[in-house]
Amino acid sequence: MSNIGLNHFLIISSILFSLGIFGVVTRKNAVMVLMGIELILNAANINFVAFSAFGNFPLKGQMMALFVIVLAAAEAAIALAIVLNIYKNFNNVNVDEIDNLRE
Amino acid sequence: MNETTLVSLSLFILFAPLAGFLFTVLSGKKLKSAYLFEIFTISLVLISSITVLFVKLAYYTDKSIVSEIGWIDLGIVPVLGKIAIELGVMIDNISAIMLFVVALISALVHYYSIEYMKGDKRYNRYFAYLGIFTFSMMGIVLTHNILMMYIFWELVGLSSYLLIGFWYEKKSASDAAKKAFIVNRIGDLGMFAGILIIFITYHTFTFSKIFESIAAGVLPFNSEFWLSMTGILLFCGAIGKSAQFPLHVWLPDAMEGPTPVSALIHAATMVAAGVYLVTRIFVMLTGDAMLFIAIIGALSAFIPATIALTQTDIKKVLAYSTISQLGYMIMALGVGAYAFGFFHLVTHAFFKAGLFLGSGSVIHSMHHEQDIMKMGGLKKKMPVTYWTFLIFSLAISGIPLSSGFLSKDGILASALSFGSLTGYYIFAVTGFLVALLTAFYMFRLLILTFHGEPKDHHKYEHAHESPLLMIAPLVTLAILSFFAFYTMNPFDAQKGWVLSKWVTTPASVVPESARYPFMVQSGEVNHAEIHGNITHSVQYTEAMHSAHYPAMFISLFVAILGIFIAYMFYSKKKIDTDKLAGSLGPVYKFSLNKWYFDEFYQAVFVNGTIGLTLVLNWFDKYIVDGIVNGSAALTRMFSSISGFFDTYVVDGLVNFTAYFSGFVGIILRKFQTGKVQTYLILTVFSVLIIVLMYVNYL
Repeated sequence: MSNIGLNHFLIISSILFSLGIFGVVTRKNAVMVLMGIELILNAANINFVAFSAFGNFPLKGQMMALFVIVLAAAEAAIALAIVLNIYKNFNNVNVDEIDNLRE
Repeated sequence: MNETTLVSLSLFILFAPLAGFLFTVLSGKKLKSAYLFEIFTISLVLISSITVLFVKLAYYTDKSIVSEIGWIDLGIVPVLGKIAIELGVMIDNISAIMLFVVALISALVHYYSIEYMKGDKRYNRYFAYLGIFTFSMMGIVLTHNILMMYIFWELVGLSSYLLIGFWYEKKSASDAAKKAFIVNRIGDLGMFAGILIIFITYHTFTFSKIFESIAAGVLPFNSEFWLSMTGILLFCGAIGKSAQFPLHVWLPDAMEGPTPVSALIHAATMVAAGVYLVTRIFVMLTGDAMLFIAIIGALSAFIPATIALTQTDIKKVLAYSTISQLGYMIMALGVGAYAFGFFHLVTHAFFKAGLFLGSGSVIHSMHHEQDIMKMGGLKKKMPVTYWTFLIFSLAISGIPLSSGFLSKDGILASALSFGSLTGYYIFAVTGFLVALLTAFYMFRLLILTFHGEPKDHHKYEHAHESPLLMIAPLVTLAILSFFAFYTMNPFDAQKGWVLSKWVTTPASVVPESARYPFMVQSGEVNHAEIHGNITHSVQYTEAMHSAHYPAMFISLFVAILGIFIAYMFYSKKKIDTDKLAGSLGPVYKFSLNKWYFDEFYQAVFVNGTIGLTLVLNWFDKYIVDGIVNGSAALTRMFSSISGFFDTYVVDGLVNFTAYFSGFVGIILRKFQTGKVQTYLILTVFSVLIIVLMYVNYL
């Protein structure tokens, strides 16, 4: 355990964050995009926990990570509802085709 | 009869003709006999004026009755002080006599016109005009202040204008009316200036107050010169109205009006208003002003008399004779003979009105023929007209037993004594010369009209004596031309009641240094009492006494000489007048063409005015309009510059901003794809850049 430090955690979270971004940017399907967002959130959670474990912030990070997990759940619920509505309106959930904001 | 009744009666005399005018002029078109109302009012006015004359002269001989009401009270005015203007009437002996003269002649002319104007299409309007004239003239006579006098003065000018141009279809008549009005205005301008000087000096228009202030030593601009100027300026009004030299040119032309109008307005009353004005302001005239007045009077007496010698229009001869006689009156006032000047006004009013009415009678029966060269022999056809005309001619020539002799002799004696006191004998010489000329041209007129053989047989056959309504005024005026109405002594008017009791020279109020030595004020030493009234020095009285008999004999001699020459020329035909005219060529033409006054005025004043208007027109067109147009062009130029600046600089900036924004928008629009993932990539890269920059910064 002793050779695993803060940097490892941070690298893992960076990889996870990058994968999340990659997923959000490259996937066409809105649900896949949401999954990317979950990865990003979890990358942040890892950071919180890691800084909490290695820094001088006892339990505060963990608390924040818990909040984020709860929020992620709520966010997923709302986002999926939005995706359903999008599907109702546009008959698909491909984010690159839904560009009505342009106008 | 008390004073209030007298004042009321005089107000009735003033306003009754106005009522007659209003009624006649308003109902004249519908009511054929509207003129009868005017005749009725003038008859009442005549009766009232006789009453006023009698009561005033019998019971209030030495008192002037004044009644006034406040008209405008301005309170205290800055600079000028307290100002209150009154309206009022003043009945003194002079105004009472003038009232009677105006009312009598006006009434006679009214009666006369009933026949003379018969058949005229504006019959009622004619009588209406006579009414407003009588009203205005009564106003001049009755007023106690110079402002009201000026108002009525203009009203008289207006009614004169209306009556001269009564037959306005004739070009000459309407021209004459305009000429009379405009020439009168020139004189009135001077009078107006005089009134203004009086007002700013004395803050009142009332004669008595003005004279009191002058007597107390208050002078316009504190100088005797300006007192003289004020008198001369006021006299300018008289020059216009009384047709004095050099404004006499309107009166002969005014003969275009109906003949009874000439008798009333242009012989007896209105033209005498100027003389009346001078009698009113007589006490404030300085020696210089009086000398000026005398010179104007002498010129006005002499020049028209020479013109009258050659005129052939019966009315023109009488018109020039009127100017000449008015010149006599003005000259008399100028040499200090106040009483004789006024006396001549009265006697002249009667016999000159008579002469005009007589000429009207002749013209009427000759079917509007006015050329005396075409008349002749009318004595048999028109005996009453002839005999009355003869009486008037004797009166105007100054033959004893006539009224004219009394007044004219008085004037000549005064002029002679004035000469002996001051050395200015020229006035006496002029007076005697004019008396000679007057006798000559009057008898020339009489002989050519009534004596000899008729020249126009057709018209002669139709000539007839005029109807009773035209004869009666002639007879009335002829009776009034006898001496007995004025004095019991046919050779000395001063002993008579008119001059000894009624008309006495008022004491001068002018400072001693500015007046003639022979005019003195009450209470001064070196005076002589004339009938209790102290006005002239001992020397003057003595001079009058010594001048009386020479003047009488000379005037009698020249009058008879004049008549004799006329008799030799035109009745006996001892001298061929045509030959004489031929040998005197230029002189004759000079007189026949009225000394070329009309031509001179036409060339100098009328054409001068036209030339001035042309110059002013040019000035307007090119200088004033040029300045206006120039400023307009300048404004336009500035505005176009400003417009250019607006369009290209201000608008350019605004448009540039808009275009620039648009351009930026076009570029930036590219980033706005609407795709969430694009935004996200941009955001991530932006954050990365910011983080890198932060790291670099650290």
